[in-house]
Amino acid sequence: MTDRILLLLGITLMYSTPMVFAAQGSVISEVSGVVNIGIEGMMTVGAFTGATVGYYTGSPWLGFICAGLAGAFFGLIHAFASVTCKSDQTVCGIAMNLVGPGVALFLCRLFFDGATQSLPVTYKIPKLFRGGLSGSLNNLNVDVTTLIALILSICMMILFYRTSWGMHLRAVGEHPGAADTLGINVYKVRYICVILSGFLAGLGGASMTLAIVPQYMPTAICGQGFIAIAAVIFGKWTPHGAYLACLLFGFAQALTIVLGGGSFSVPSEILAMLPYVLTIIILILFVGRAHAPRANGVPYNKGSRV
Amino acid sequence: MEESLMKKFFKNPFVLTVIAIILGFVVAGLILLLAGFPPVESIRTLIESMIGRPKDISSVVIRSTPIIFTGLGVAFAIKTGLFNIGAEGQYIIGCVVATMVGSMLDFPKPVAILMVLLSAMLVSALYAGFVGLLKARLGIHEVITSIMLNWIALYLSNWICGLQFFHKPGTIGMYPVNDCTYTMILPFWKRTEEGRAFMTKHPFLQETLGRTDVHAGIIVAIIAALVISHLLNRTRKGFELRAVGQNIDAARFVGIDVNKSIVHAMMISGALCGLGAGLYITGQSPHTVSTLSAFENVGFNGLSVAFIAFSSPIGCLFAGLLFGGLLYGGAGLQSKVGAPTEIINIIIGIIVFFCALSYLIPQFVERLDSSRRSKKERKKMKGGEK
Repeated sequence: MTDRILLLLGITLMYSTPMVFAAQGSVISEVSGVVNIGIEGMMTVGAFTGATVGYYTGSPWLGFICAGLAGAFFGLIHAFASVTCKSDQTVCGIAMNLVGPGVALFLCRLFFDGATQSLPVTYKIPKLFRGGLSGSLNNLNVDVTTLIALILSICMMILFYRTSWGMHLRAVGEHPGAADTLGINVYKVRYICVILSGFLAGLGGASMTLAIVPQYMPTAICGQGFIAIAAVIFGKWTPHGAYLACLLFGFAQALTIVLGGGSFSVPSEILAMLPYVLTIIILILFVGRAHAPRANGVPYNKGSRV
Repeated sequence: MEESLMKKFFKNPFVLTVIAIILGFVVAGLILLLAGFPPVESIRTLIESMIGRPKDISSVVIRSTPIIFTGLGVAFAIKTGLFNIGAEGQYIIGCVVATMVGSMLDFPKPVAILMVLLSAMLVSALYAGFVGLLKARLGIHEVITSIMLNWIALYLSNWICGLQFFHKPGTIGMYPVNDCTYTMILPFWKRTEEGRAFMTKHPFLQETLGRTDVHAGIIVAIIAALVISHLLNRTRKGFELRAVGQNIDAARFVGIDVNKSIVHAMMISGALCGLGAGLYITGQSPHTVSTLSAFENVGFNGLSVAFIAFSSPIGCLFAGLLFGGLLYGGAGLQSKVGAPTEIINIIIGIIVFFCALSYLIPQFVERLDSSRRSKKERKKMKGGEK
């Protein structure tokens, strides 16, 4: 029994890690008032960059950082379009979701001789305990990225609620006009947040292709970005809420795997629905009205009152 | 006078879309150049494989029809203030229901077709209406429920595919729909001796009708676009729906039942996706649903279509044709030039991106205009000093 539970925990942590990175990226962007629905595309770019750099250099950590930078580049484009040009953020995000996977596959075919998936990396991101743990405890020997995701989430909480910069950030998302009068540079804050959001989404993608599977393939990132966005709304736009929502979602997915392996007579397709059905049920029962940051999705014009 | 005309010209959404499309191709050309492919030739090949032969044109129309419908659904939702990212799931559900109903029915033609289409529309409408209900009653964001329901639709479809009653042995799909529900144009006549003889005399017909599954979908799509456009802009209901989309508090204040509006808007949006699905199943081989390993993106592409069309129902027709054409032409690009088909996604993405930026163009033109005017004035002043 404990064996099963530990396995469940291990898979939960493994599955939720890429989503946690992406969800924290989404939180920081949305709290500053920029909707970033392009998370999925940025994750895909990160997944490809991470695996490719990891393969050619042999260093997973270099790949990890480069994945973040590639995501940040797309974040920069999104920031330029939505902050400087004040364009429709949803439309622009959807564009990112089209361009991101397109670019990733396009480059993959160029780098890997026409193949739609990269070659597996030699060194994956290491596990938490080099030598492994004894017995069933080894199920909890997760990738280092899982720990990084947890630390990141805690740092985000401290940043949001314990620092003056976090206060500024939230003010920019709630009432950019007021923030501007206080001398906060709304555009600068939003630029930083959206670029960071791309960076984190890129890391999320790489934590998939450098730790969980050892290579990039078109199906490596399929919907995790969208789930992360859902997790942010679920967690009411807070870093800890989003983290827990990702864990919950990972848990539901782990449940389907652990149950699927047993002697249950439930068809696998019905089991696969479980995480999504569970999410909707929890939303109906517990969550209630979600309040987005008030200026979320609204471009800021200097001198306007809201 | 002349200048204001120019300003008007650049404020026209159609002109803006065309500019975005041109820019999309230019950037794609640059990317191809960087990747070592001849840009001009590649783009020319792409366009040639889209509209080179009559057969291509009808294939493009066929490829576009489902995307036009999902685009219409998304555009309608946007006009009413809802972001229907669930078009994908509603389309999948529509396909499954159409196949289920169509494979069991054996009625005279018009009745059978109507029953298949109506049942697909109804179930997709209910599927979308659930999202609207949760938003209206409990305030749950439509994006989050839609994303979940997309996945549920995918697995539900796979589950039904595997049920003994519907599963066609030896395949990965369901039993196809019966002949009586086919919406192709003259599907049997064109295979008869008489039909073949007639078509050999008319090479154009042979190319378009004989070689492809031309079906009635595009005609229904045009009618649907006109109806939706009329509903939104010329009826009381449409006004109410748009009012809720533009300012929910004001709408509530003047006595519009906001909750009902949200549910209705979602249901109409879902019904459009379902109609597209029904027409796809009845009109296009293999006339059935197969087990899906991932989303086929018909609904997600509808989002792009709606954005390229600036949410105009009529615009969705053209945007859908462009999108379908690019998807179809992309295959030709790969076989003839060797450039990966993914360039198509990049092109479409960049077009959508520039559509998002396009409202800058009128501002830019205005600025250009005023700077030119002030220069003229300065010149005049200088002249006066002399």
